Amino acid sequence: MSDDLRELYQEVILEHGRNPRNCHHPDAPTHAAHGDNPLCGDQLDVYLTVGADDRIAEAAFEGRGCAISVASASLMTEALRGKTLTEARELFKKIHEMCTSDEGGGIDVADGDFERLAALSGVRQFPMRVKCATLAWHTMKAAMEGNAEVSTEDEV
Amino acid sequence: MRLMTDGATSVDLKPAGEARPFDVVRVRRDFPILGREVHGKPLVYLDNAASAQKPRHVIDTIRDVYENEYANVHRGVHYLSERATKRYEAARETVRRFLNARSAREIVFTHGGTEAINLVASSYGRHFLEPGDEIIISVFEHHSNIVPWQLARDAKGLVLKAAPVTDDGELPIDAFERLFTPRTKLVAISHMSNVLGTVFPARQIAEIAHAHGAKVLLDGCQAACHLGVDVQEIDCDFYVFSGHKVYGPSGIGVLYAKGELLASMPPYQGGGEMIARVTLEKTTWAPPPARFEAGTPPIVQAIGLGAALDYLASVGRERIGAHEADLTKYAMQRLAAVDGLRLIGTAPAKSSVVAFTLDAVHPHDVATVLDRAGIAVRAGHHCAQPLMQRLGVTATARASFAMYNTRAEVDALGAALESVMEFFG
Repeated sequence: MSDDLRELYQEVILEHGRNPRNCHHPDAPTHAAHGDNPLCGDQLDVYLTVGADDRIAEAAFEGRGCAISVASASLMTEALRGKTLTEARELFKKIHEMCTSDEGGGIDVADGDFERLAALSGVRQFPMRVKCATLAWHTMKAAMEGNAEVSTEDEV
Repeated sequence: MRLMTDGATSVDLKPAGEARPFDVVRVRRDFPILGREVHGKPLVYLDNAASAQKPRHVIDTIRDVYENEYANVHRGVHYLSERATKRYEAARETVRRFLNARSAREIVFTHGGTEAINLVASSYGRHFLEPGDEIIISVFEHHSNIVPWQLARDAKGLVLKAAPVTDDGELPIDAFERLFTPRTKLVAISHMSNVLGTVFPARQIAEIAHAHGAKVLLDGCQAACHLGVDVQEIDCDFYVFSGHKVYGPSGIGVLYAKGELLASMPPYQGGGEMIARVTLEKTTWAPPPARFEAGTPPIVQAIGLGAALDYLASVGRERIGAHEADLTKYAMQRLAAVDGLRLIGTAPAKSSVVAFTLDAVHPHDVATVLDRAGIAVRAGHHCAQPLMQRLGVTATARASFAMYNTRAEVDALGAALESVMEFFG
């Protein structure tokens, strides 16, 4: 395996791809959306359960996809727990920047969230795979905004 | 022999001498791109079902037209327009020969296979189909042979039915025939599956359809580069294929339709070129094929397609078919030996397309790792989501062969897949 493949498929990605966390339909989600990548046919549903304190008590997902998209969804649900919707929106922006900008969006890996989320930055070297990494995040954003469906081909 | 689309090409092509064996090394030298590396590895191009690479003869012909004989067609009285028109029409004759159509007037140039199907759905559909009439497609179809019929259905109140597929990837003829009713007016079905490689019994399909009084459109986009196509022998009413999958340029497609049928169809688009006489009140149509070629056509693409078909003939379509059949058989055996690999589509009548999944590794991850080894395959739903749903997969990987692929490339694919299993397993 070449170095850039090892950079893409870091151990944390492979592990979350194989054993995704929070991969189920929660009892009473307050927000939900369906995400679709029409280019490859991958689909997933993201569920958020926001408590009275306006914080995400539980984030979960269901769906099938490649190692990158499943790992990204799994890591996302872990990172979202306990965040306010405003913080979740901020995180979306940072992840999007990290996966799409040439410089990686100046992510600070010392930032607690990015200790593991930084593993997603490997997609920068694989332009055809960026949407795999961002599908869950776009779906989460759509759920927060009350949109039932989102496609990676929609304008963002 | 100097083989020509019209007498002006600068490339020598030898005729397909029956005695000369197929020489893949020699064929590969005709395709400049095959000499390049990808990610530092020799290119192994196995995405031919998406689009084939171009031989030097096609590239040189296109350059020659632009450098020496380019002008608009059917319009000018000047020298270059006459030359371009001659070459454009010579390409139409080459396509006629390729399909064994009765007349070059039965050959319409479109901008692609998709447009050719849309032309029939729009023109034939609007003129000949009534609310309640039925069209039969199949679960195998590429989206381009589904969506135009859905649009026609919604516009005209038609009924769309889909013939089923067996687990092996075959068309069950009995179940297909049971779909016919007195309201069935058209069958639109692939000649060969772009996902599974299954070759459909075109002659039998046409016979069944005609026995029920229905017309037949065959989508030959996948078949035309692999199979000999004889539209008179098949007796289909329409045959469609695209240029870029038969080693020609993109942006050109072909619609064959039986002459009397084409003559009875109204125009698909309005514009220049397709008229007999225009006043501000009324227009009369030109006869086919001009009636269906509104506006400036893809001139150079059509001439490039002619060059591609000349090249195919010079290598020999039967010998290409035999080579591809050997590769397909070899690939089925080699890939079946990869631990954890499942072949999708194992019909006996199959050519040049091998779809598969790997246990616990998504096709996209497979394709990314293969790409880094210089191997180009397709991963995804192959624009055939209904077939994917029927087969119970969201996506597959697909290796597809052309005349220039080798057993050594199949071995490289097999070895790379084994390393994928090791890495993810």
